[in-house]
Amino acid sequence: MGILLFGAAKDIAGVPVLDKPEHITDVATLKAWLFGVYPSLQQLRSVMIAVNRTYAADTQVISSQDEIAVIPPVSGG
Amino acid sequence: MEILIDIKDTITVQEALDFIHAPECGGEVIFSGTVRNHTRQRPVLKLFYECYEAMAISEMQKIAAQVAEKWDIQRLAMLHAVGDKYPGDIAVVIAVASAHRGIAFDACEFAIDTLKETVPIWKKEFFADGEVV
Repeated sequence: MGILLFGAAKDIAGVPVLDKPEHITDVATLKAWLFGVYPSLQQLRSVMIAVNRTYAADTQVISSQDEIAVIPPVSGG
Repeated sequence: MEILIDIKDTITVQEALDFIHAPECGGEVIFSGTVRNHTRQRPVLKLFYECYEAMAISEMQKIAAQVAEKWDIQRLAMLHAVGDKYPGDIAVVIAVASAHRGIAFDACEFAIDTLKETVPIWKKEFFADGEVV
């Protein structure tokens, strides 16, 4: 399953979905990879990762079956 | 607690009010968030809201669960609009009904404050000068 991007993260990457590289097995590694490929993401106030529609800690393990999303600062309401 | 949660193109205060209206409730509190025609004195033409719908619904359900845990609320409606919204349009509605008014105010404020912090919905502002943020 790909990595879903929303809001400012989608604008920075220029695409709504990214393929997840094989070597990424937890949230911390995913964030490091994203920040390496798209340095502008580090300028956002926060970047959260959601795994299966729930905010995930850096230590959370991710597999290819998980639904992963990049969540920039939310601004609903 | 009865719960109505929805995310769609157009929402109305009336549908939220219709849902929470109940004979056992003497207090109905409604928060309606509308599109403002300026941000820090700069004219705004429109907003565009996008959401991660499945997770947004799930996060709104979590807020409803917290409301049910904290207060004796009988009915709660949480509605959010998506897509292009123009000044005066309704972007979000929170409606709460309880036997007495006090806790309905508290629950309504908690629900909108938490929604703005945790629910994955994003707005883009289109300014009159052409900038999009």
